[in-house]
Amino acid sequence: MYGEGRAVCLGDDINTDLIIAGRYLRTKDRRVWAEHVFEDLDPGLADRLGGAVIIAGRNFGCGSSREQAVIALREAGVTGIVASGIARIFFRNAINIGLPVMECEVGCRDGAGVRFNLEEGWVETGGRRHMLHPISPRMLDILKAGGLVEVWRQRK
Amino acid sequence: MRGTLAERILGAPAGEYVDRRVDRAFCHDGTGVLTLEALRSMGVDVVACPDRTYIIFDHISPANNSTTSGLQHEVREFAAAQGVHFSEIGGGICHQVMSEGIVLPGEVVVGADSHSCTMGAFGAFATGVGATDMAGVLASGSTWFRVPSTIAVVLTGRAAPPVEPKDVALACVGRLGADGATYQALEFTGEGVSGMSMDGRLTLCNMAVETGAKAGLCYADETTCRYLAGFGHQGIEAQVPDDCSYADEIGIDLSDLPPLVAVPHDVDSVCEVERVAGTPIDQVFVGTCTNGRYEDLMRFASIVRGRKVAVRTVVVPASRGVLMQALGAGIYAEIVEAGCVVCPPGCGPCLGAHMGVLGEGEVCLSTANRNFRNRMGVGGAIYLSSVATAGASALTGEITVPEDEHVR
Ligand code: SF4
Repeated sequence: MYGEGRAVCLGDDINTDLIIAGRYLRTKDRRVWAEHVFEDLDPGLADRLGGAVIIAGRNFGCGSSREQAVIALREAGVTGIVASGIARIFFRNAINIGLPVMECEVGCRDGAGVRFNLEEGWVETGGRRHMLHPISPRMLDILKAGGLVEVWRQRK
Repeated sequence: MRGTLAERILGAPAGEYVDRRVDRAFCHDGTGVLTLEALRSMGVDVVACPDRTYIIFDHISPANNSTTSGLQHEVREFAAAQGVHFSEIGGGICHQVMSEGIVLPGEVVVGADSHSCTMGAFGAFATGVGATDMAGVLASGSTWFRVPSTIAVVLTGRAAPPVEPKDVALACVGRLGADGATYQALEFTGEGVSGMSMDGRLTLCNMAVETGAKAGLCYADETTCRYLAGFGHQGIEAQVPDDCSYADEIGIDLSDLPPLVAVPHDVDSVCEVERVAGTPIDQVFVGTCTNGRYEDLMRFASIVRGRKVAVRTVVVPASRGVLMQALGAGIYAEIVEAGCVVCPPGCGPCLGAHMGVLGEGEVCLSTANRNFRNRMGVGGAIYLSSVATAGASALTGEITVPEDEHVR
């Protein structure tokens, strides 16, 4: 499970209301979510997410269970999320749609290259390799399949 | 097995991964849409356990526009076709509906909503998940969990009016912080809990997720059994705590707890109401899965009864049951006479969808559980408080410390 991208640095306590505001939830059109992702945090951010790895602080994705938050990030082109802390439901949601999430404290410089490998459990940026909190084999399997929907499809 | 309540219900020690049958699964009009979509993409067309599945319309209820209406229509049709339990608009907020005689002690409960931890008040293991996870639960009737370690929250003393369970919940969130219990469970114990009504315990457990916790639990005791007997469940057994090991323990003394408030825009920015007293407000909101229960409305009515509110005030009963009780006791009329508007049971303005959305620069004092930036409307600011503080403030139009004489 290898991935890479350019760093986009964010702070602590980025909640799911900030990732995608409640006013955009009443649709099934994923492009709407990608278009308005982070709008209340920084309206210019959505355009910088293509090929980005988000690097954030504590409690990333806290708040509402809305899965539109992880979908919005993936649809906007985010390839992975690294944060020193990730809220529980957000973590499960990301795994369930096949979006790599990693808990790790790393320094962040906007635009810096980031590489990661979940199987080997590391993330690399700014010339330093950091070891990740390991995730369970089951979560890794779901991620590798591309999400829980794919796991079910393959089972059929 | 012995252990914390979470370990006992999930049947394994903290840190282990387990597969568990889900006793009650539910989603609402909001999360139901994506759940359905995920289920279809999985190629699953039959819900594994319709008798253990609940779909509850509460978030935008009744629908605010035709887009919402259309999405709700699909979920409603699905519920009918699958034969799952369905609660139509007006039935109430999912967590309250599930709390009215559905969830029982010792059960594993999974809801597609972050405040599903509310049902831990019954001594159940209840937690929130996202839509795809819920689709997996509907498809198989079970899911995986990592058994959480537990922080014991020991409540000593008793809260006396005007201090109420919401102040205890805010104190807990303030102490632990918004991520102080991530991946962990909170176990509320002590005389502060035994002296608390079921409504109060539901308020307390509701806000467990505001500390990042996976679940918040109270042991089922006499109060729990009596409450459930009121819904026709006889012979429910109380749960007796084991001598077990906790990851951490914090104590909160309720006897000297002041009325508290969470100031914009963080739920763990908690201070005494005193500190922000005099702040002008544009709206008061009493309701939600935190504080829209009968005891809450009763407390609110006792404050505004025979008086007039000085600021627009929206009151939303958490369920039809609550509404019927309020009607029966005459407090509905008192609340309306005091100048408040009472909206149909549901989430109401809590998520900023309708019935009390804030405008740019407006300030709301709310009894809800989240004060995130823009949640109730772009440019609005939210203070979170108890019902007593909300009532006292509604009468003055500014944030006001509730006094004994307010609660009559
Ligand atoms: S009342 Fe508010 S917090 Fe509770 S379920 Fe509804 S939207 Fe969520």
